[in-house]
Amino acid sequence: MSHKIVQKTQLADKVFSAVIEAPLIAQARQPGQFVIVGITNDYSERIPLTIAGTDPVQGTIQLIWQALGKSTCEMADLQEGDTIENIVGPLGQPTHIKQFGTVVCIGGGIGNAPLLPIATALKEAGNTVISILGARTRDLLILEDKFAAISDELIVTTDDGSYKRQGLVTEPLREVCTRHPKPDQAYVIGPAIMMKFCCDVTKELDVPIEASLNTIMVDGTGMCGGCRVEVGGQTKFVCVDGPEFDGHLVDFDMMMKRQIAYKKQEHEAMEAYKDHQCRIGLNP
Amino acid sequence: MSEQALKSQLDELIKKQAVSQLKPSDRYAIEAQPMPEQDPVARRSSVTEVAQGYTELQARLEAMRCLQCKNPLCIKGCPVAIPIRDFIAHIANGQYQAALAVIKQASLLPAVCGRVCPQEEQCQLECVIGRKYKDPMKAVSIGRLERFVADWADGSDAAETPDVGPATGKKVAVVGAGPGGIVVAADARRAGHDVTLFEAFHKPGGVLVYGIPEFRLPKAIVQKEVDVLTRMGVKIVTNFVVGRTRTISQLMQEDGFDAVYIGVGAGLPRFMGIEGESLVGVYSANEYLTRANLMKAYDFGQGSDTPIAQSKHVAVIGGGNVAMDSARTAVRLGAEKVYLVYRRTEKEMPARLEEVHHAKQEGIEFRLLQSPQRILGNEEFRVEAIECLQYELGEPDDSGRRRPVAIRGSEFQLPVDTVIMAIGNTANPLIRQTTPEIAFNKWGNIEVDDQCKTSMDGVYAGGDIVLGAATVILAMGQGRIAAKAINEYLGCPD
Ligand SMILES: Cc1cc2nc3c(=O)[nH]c(=O)nc-3n(C[C@H](O)[C@H](O)[C@H](O)COP(=O)(O)OP(=O)(O)OC[C@H]3O[C@@H](n4cnc5c(N)ncnc54)[C@H](O)[C@@H]3O)c2cc1C
Ligand SMILES: Cc1cc2nc3c(=O)[nH]c(=O)nc-3n(C[C@H](O)[C@H](O)[C@H](O)COP(=O)(O)OP(=O)(O)OC[C@H]3O[C@@H](n4cnc5c(N)ncnc54)[C@H](O)[C@@H]3O)c2cc1C
Ligand code: SF4
Ligand code: SF4
Ligand code: FES
Repeated sequence: MSHKIVQKTQLADKVFSAVIEAPLIAQARQPGQFVIVGITNDYSERIPLTIAGTDPVQGTIQLIWQALGKSTCEMADLQEGDTIENIVGPLGQPTHIKQFGTVVCIGGGIGNAPLLPIATALKEAGNTVISILGARTRDLLILEDKFAAISDELIVTTDDGSYKRQGLVTEPLREVCTRHPKPDQAYVIGPAIMMKFCCDVTKELDVPIEASLNTIMVDGTGMCGGCRVEVGGQTKFVCVDGPEFDGHLVDFDMMMKRQIAYKKQEHEAMEAYKDHQCRIGLNP
Repeated sequence: MSEQALKSQLDELIKKQAVSQLKPSDRYAIEAQPMPEQDPVARRSSVTEVAQGYTELQARLEAMRCLQCKNPLCIKGCPVAIPIRDFIAHIANGQYQAALAVIKQASLLPAVCGRVCPQEEQCQLECVIGRKYKDPMKAVSIGRLERFVADWADGSDAAETPDVGPATGKKVAVVGAGPGGIVVAADARRAGHDVTLFEAFHKPGGVLVYGIPEFRLPKAIVQKEVDVLTRMGVKIVTNFVVGRTRTISQLMQEDGFDAVYIGVGAGLPRFMGIEGESLVGVYSANEYLTRANLMKAYDFGQGSDTPIAQSKHVAVIGGGNVAMDSARTAVRLGAEKVYLVYRRTEKEMPARLEEVHHAKQEGIEFRLLQSPQRILGNEEFRVEAIECLQYELGEPDDSGRRRPVAIRGSEFQLPVDTVIMAIGNTANPLIRQTTPEIAFNKWGNIEVDDQCKTSMDGVYAGGDIVLGAATVILAMGQGRIAAKAINEYLGCPD
C-alpha cells in the first residue's frame, strides 16, 4: 500500500517535515515509537524515522528528517501528492510516561523532532518540563516555538553563538541538575556524541536519564540483530528492547563506531544520487 | 549418459513393464540419476539456481528405480506423509498431472520442498534402496522427483487456482507469511473463510525470501505461490506488524477476526558472547542474508540502496544450512576467500549433504574442529582477524554427538575482514511482549497442543515460533494441522 504525502515543509537547512497518510499507524502509535520507511520500491533501503506527531482522526503521521544521505535526500525530493511505497510501524517500545515531578528534556539537532511528542506527553502527565535545545547554528534549530508552548522553562544553545546562548547543551544541563531540588528524570535525543556527554553529566550528578538510540536497522522486528547495542554489559536490540534505554548504562562509544559501518558505500551512493537529481536547499 | 542412451534405456524398461517382466533387479540396475548443476566456477559470480532440475527422461528413469514397495517406508519419513510411492508410479508412467494431484493432497508447496527439504534425513533416509546401499544419497531421489513434477506443472496450465468453498462469513487472520502461514491461508480460504495474511516485511514469503538464497530457491517460485493465494481471494497485507500495528486481541475483538494463526518464525540471532562481536564487519547470518536476498545488496548502487560489507576474507561460524547459505552468498558477493569455521567434524554438521558438497565445490575452505574465542579489530573498529582454538572430540553430550573440547594453547589467528555468526536464533520476542494471553515455554516458544492450539481461544500457532528452528516442511505440516483445527473450530469440518 502506498502512502500519500499530504503536506510537506522545510523546517531548516536540510531538515524537512511531511504529513503522510498512514491510518493504522496513526491509530496505534504512542510517543517514542518509530516507523521504517522504504521510499520507492522493494529495493529501497529501509530507514527508521521517529513519528514526530500523529492525527488519528485524519489518519496521518508526521515525520521530520534530516537529508543526510541518499535515502533521506530522495525523501526530501518528494513533493506533496507524491507517495511513499512502504511504511511499517509503529515500532519500538513506547516511552514510559508517568508523573516524575520535574523532567528535563534535552534535544540536539534533528533530535528535537522525536523529543517533542515525549516532552508533550510528559507535560500532559503533570510534570514540570524544562527543555534544553541545542543546534550547531541558528538555521538548524527546529521546533523552538512548539517547545516554548509546552515547556515550563526553555533554554536554547547554539554551538556558534548565532542565536541565544552560546555553547553546548551540557552546560545548561549541568546547571539545571545542580539546582535544588534536582530534576527527577531526564530524556535525551540527539547525535550519539551529544547523548553520551549528557549521560555523563547526569550520571555525575545522579539524575536518571533515558536516551533514545538511533542504530542502523534492517527489519525492526527483532530478527536481524543489526541494531544491537551494549547496555550495562548486555547485548540489547534497539528495535524491540528500545529505542530508549537507561543512558547511564549505554556503551555510546561502541554505538558510534557501529553507526559508521557503511560510510564509504553511503558516500558513493550519495555522490551517484546527487549527480542525478538532488534539489536540496530551501524550497523554491 | 547421452540423451539417446537414456531414451533407449527407458524404452526398454517400459517394454518390460508392459508385459509385467520388470523385476526388482532391473530396477536396481538403473543408475541413480545425477542432478544437472551449474558449473562451479561460473556460479561463483552468479545468483541463478545451482541445481537445474531433472530432464523428463531422467525423471522417468529415476522413478523407475522405485520398487513400488507394498509397505512403503519412505512415507513414514515424510513429515506430511506424501503418498510417495504413488506419485512416483505416475512419473514412471509419464502421468505428471496425476503425480501432481497425488502430491497436492498432502503438500501445497512441492516446488519449494522438492528443493529445500532435508530429504536424506527424512523420506530418503527410510527408502529401502538407500538402506540397501547404506547411503540415503543413493535412495530414490524423491525430492528431485517432487521438484520435477512441480516445475513441469509450472510450465503447463496445470497450475490452476484451487477451488474456494462458499463464503462462511468467518474471518481468519494469518500472522506471518512464511511457509506455515501460506499453507494456513490457502487451507482456510479453501474452506470458504475470509482470510487476511499479515506480514511485517514489505514482501511475503518469510525465510523463503529473506533467508534462503536465490541460487538455492528462486524467488519467482515463492512469488508464484503467493500469487495463487491472491487469486484465491486471500488478502495480503504487508508492512503490518502484529503486536504493534494491531495486537492479536484487537484483531479479534475490534476487527472481527474469529480465528488467528501465528507463524512469525524465529527471532533474534544468537551471538557467542566473545570479545569483539560488536566490531563493524560482524554480522548475524540473518542480517547478512536479509541484506543480500531480500534487499538485493548485490545490486547496491544499481537499483538497490542497501549496502553490505565488500569483503575479501570472510569467516562464517557454524555448520548448518544457514552457515552454508551465508558462506555461499559471501562467495557470490565477491569474497576471495571464505572459511567455514565449525567446532566439530563434518560428520556432525547439521547442514544438508548436498549443500556441504556445493559449498566445497565453490571453493569454501572448511576449518573443522576450530572455534573463535575472540574477534580482533583495528583502530577503525573494523574486523581484522579471528583468534581460534583447535578442538578435539570428547565424550558424547545430551544430543548424542561427541562434545568438542578445546585444546589448550592451540590458539592461532585467521585474518578476515568479515565474520558471519550462523549459530542459531532465539524465539521472536514481539508476540510475547504484546500478547500476555498466550503461554510461552521457557525458551520463549509458544506452547501448543497437538492441534496447534495455543492457550488463547481461537488462536493457533506453528512453525519456528513453536518448534524453535525447524524446517520448511515441518512448518507446513503444522500449518495444515492448524488450518484443519481452525476450520473445525469455525464449524466447518473439511
Ligand atoms: C529508532 C530511530 C529513529 C530515528 N529517527 C529519526 C528521525 O526522526 N529523523 C531523522 O532525520 N533521522 C532519524 N533516524 C536516523 C535515520 O534513520 C538515518 O539518518 C537514515 O537512515 C539515514 O539514511 P540515508 O540513506 O539518508 O543516509 P546514509 O548516507 O545511509 O547514512 C547517514 C547516517 O545515517 C545512519 N544510517 C544509515 N543507514 C541507517 C539505517 N538503516 N538505520 C539507521 N541509521 C542509519 C548512519 O549512522 C549514517 O552515518 C532514526 C534512527 C533510528 C534507529
Ligand atoms: C538461511 C536459512 C536457510 C534454511 N534452509 C532450510 C532448508 O534448506 N530446508 C529447510 O527445510 N529449512 C531451512 N530453513 C528453515 C526454514 O526456513 C524455517 O524452518 C521455516 O521457514 C519456518 O517457517 P515459518 O512458517 O515458521 O515462518 P518463517 O519462514 O520464519 O516466516 C515468518 C514470517 O513472519 C513474519 N513476521 C514476524 N513477526 C511478525 C509480526 N509480528 N507480524 C507479522 N509478521 C511477522 C516474518 O517477517 C516472516 O516473513 C532455513 C532457514 C534459514 C534462516
Ligand atoms: S515433502 Fe520433503 S520429506 Fe516429504 S516427500 Fe517431499 S522431499 Fe520428502
Ligand atoms: S521406500 Fe523407496 S523404493 Fe520403496 S516405495 Fe518408497 S521410494 Fe519407492
Ligand atoms: S533491526 Fe533487525 S533486530 Fe532490530
